[in-house]
Amino acid sequence: MARFLLKRLFSATLTLFAVSVLTFLMFFALPRDPVSSICSKNCNPERLERVRDDLGLNDPLISQYAGYMKGIVTGRDLGSAQGGRCDAPCLGWSYVTNEAVSDTIARVLPVTLSIVIPAAILWLLLGVGLGMISALRRGTWLDRAAIGFSLTGASLQLYFVGAVLLMVFVYNLRLLPVPSYTSLFENPAKWASGLVLAWVALAFLFSAIYARLSRAQMLETLSEDFVRTARAKGLAKPTVYGRHALRAAITPVVTIAGLDVGGALGGTVITETTFGIQGLGRTAVDAVRSGDLPTIMATVLIAAVFVVLANVLVDLLYAAIDPRVRLR
Amino acid sequence: MSLSPVEGVALAEIESGADGDGPAAKGVVGRSPGQLAWLRLRRDRTAVVSGVLLVFFMVLGLSAPLIEMAYGVGPREQFQNLLDGNGMPLGYAGGVTGDHWFGLEPGLGRDIFVRLIYGLRTSLFIALAAALITATIGVALGTLAGYLGGWLDAVINWITDLTLAMPFLIIALALTPAITLRFYGERGQVSSAFGVGVLIAVFAIFGWTGTARLVRGQVIALREREFVEAAKASGAGLGHMLFRQLLPNIWAPILVSFSLAVPQFITSEAALSFIGVGLSDETPSFGRMIYDSLDYLQTDPAYVFFPGITIFALVFAFNLFGDALRDALDPKSSR
Repeated sequence: MARFLLKRLFSATLTLFAVSVLTFLMFFALPRDPVSSICSKNCNPERLERVRDDLGLNDPLISQYAGYMKGIVTGRDLGSAQGGRCDAPCLGWSYVTNEAVSDTIARVLPVTLSIVIPAAILWLLLGVGLGMISALRRGTWLDRAAIGFSLTGASLQLYFVGAVLLMVFVYNLRLLPVPSYTSLFENPAKWASGLVLAWVALAFLFSAIYARLSRAQMLETLSEDFVRTARAKGLAKPTVYGRHALRAAITPVVTIAGLDVGGALGGTVITETTFGIQGLGRTAVDAVRSGDLPTIMATVLIAAVFVVLANVLVDLLYAAIDPRVRLR
Repeated sequence: MSLSPVEGVALAEIESGADGDGPAAKGVVGRSPGQLAWLRLRRDRTAVVSGVLLVFFMVLGLSAPLIEMAYGVGPREQFQNLLDGNGMPLGYAGGVTGDHWFGLEPGLGRDIFVRLIYGLRTSLFIALAAALITATIGVALGTLAGYLGGWLDAVINWITDLTLAMPFLIIALALTPAITLRFYGERGQVSSAFGVGVLIAVFAIFGWTGTARLVRGQVIALREREFVEAAKASGAGLGHMLFRQLLPNIWAPILVSFSLAVPQFITSEAALSFIGVGLSDETPSFGRMIYDSLDYLQTDPAYVFFPGITIFALVFAFNLFGDALRDALDPKSSR
């Protein structure tokens, strides 16, 4: 177990390292001068040169990269133009927003978390529940309705669903305020009412995929010998379905859920754009538009960290759910 | 699950297909798996309907310039005289008339129908090209990794993990303008063919992982089978092993994953143009239209529905067809 974890963490670190190098090369070594986009058209050459110097763009690439990594681990001195001392998870200084990138991230990360976590709970419950029910009631109208739902949902686009939701609930019925983010700890009711449309839109589309997947898995499991054995030795249906079959059927769902949630935490770009909520994804888009390199770099890295961590977590969960899986 | 589904189905079809064939159907008719799949597909009503719909969409896309001629309105023509003072189309449902079947865009006053037809062409072309390229890359890497194993497998697996760890939308968002800039410079007029090419390239870089994983798994399962061993024992080379022994046995899942990859690329292309990458405003695109329509949800609600429903119908048809194809190729699966 401990050995598996170490091995897995090692390969995760390696992946993250590669992602960071690739991103760094992609953005810092690209032909476009990163500074000219920071400074508007009529910026004088001296200031350009100073900014370039502050960003360390005149140093060799390797020392730029090393400096960046050192900043994340121990923090570093960025010079007075960039807010001076930058503490431990230092992700650099953004000339566009004039603040430390870690401050920007600290502000927008809770937004994305508030969108993704409730939505994920909703879509998992709805999707897996629907899939299980339709597998157990195979062939009935309930099953057909669930299949229809999942086929439709899997072909709909988030921005279209979002737009329709906005139109109906915000503009026509005026049941909900225009989506916005309020801190959960400040005002829970406002937090929920501002984000509920984003949850519903995300959960609707994702639960379609999960209903389909878990239905297929459950049907396959129900035809297995161990389910028949369990029934034959006299166990009640709920015990067999709920404890024996569900556990076997849910493992692939866990894998996909882990990757989906991990991916979504790295920024729900489309959702945030549709509903006009400033989370990690929207911040990344804005950073790309304004050529804000340190922020782009940080958002890509954070997204990658979420995906990689989700991968490790899925492997661990796998072993917890399915005892046949040996961790080596 | 029945014990020998393939034989069972084959028999059933020989019996039920006996009408026109006369004496031949009475005896034992040899049918290749491909023929059986084709028969099953033709008998599946969903498959036929979605297939016809797909052909219809493709014909529409291919004949976009012809439709423009017959319809008499170009995708870049503006009809400012049909808009009111605030730039809103006059009339009902966003200005739907006999001349403008789907109404006009608020603001610029361009015809929505003809822009949708051109958007369909772009979208289908990008998705099909991307699916073809990613399938090729995925099959190549997947078979090599699965068959050769060892360090090559480890490396390819790791690259797959790495590709999956990169946030696709953000990277694509950042990469496309950078690539364009590299070729065109700050002020160059970017041709729309180039924009399409860049999008396909970005999809090719990130989209192959699913097929590679699938093919690798299939090849690993086949690798230990007797016929593979027999071929190896008779001294077959690598090329023969891959192309004559392994690939013919896994074309069915590859075909299914290809047909389900196309709607995913349609969705991704629309998502990218929704967040404003890749294609310029000159090139009509579904995602772009929906993004523009978000500003008019209150004032011109019809605007969001035309592109939204078109892309839904397109993706829906592809998904249905892909599922039907899977059922036809693999009768065992209980999706």
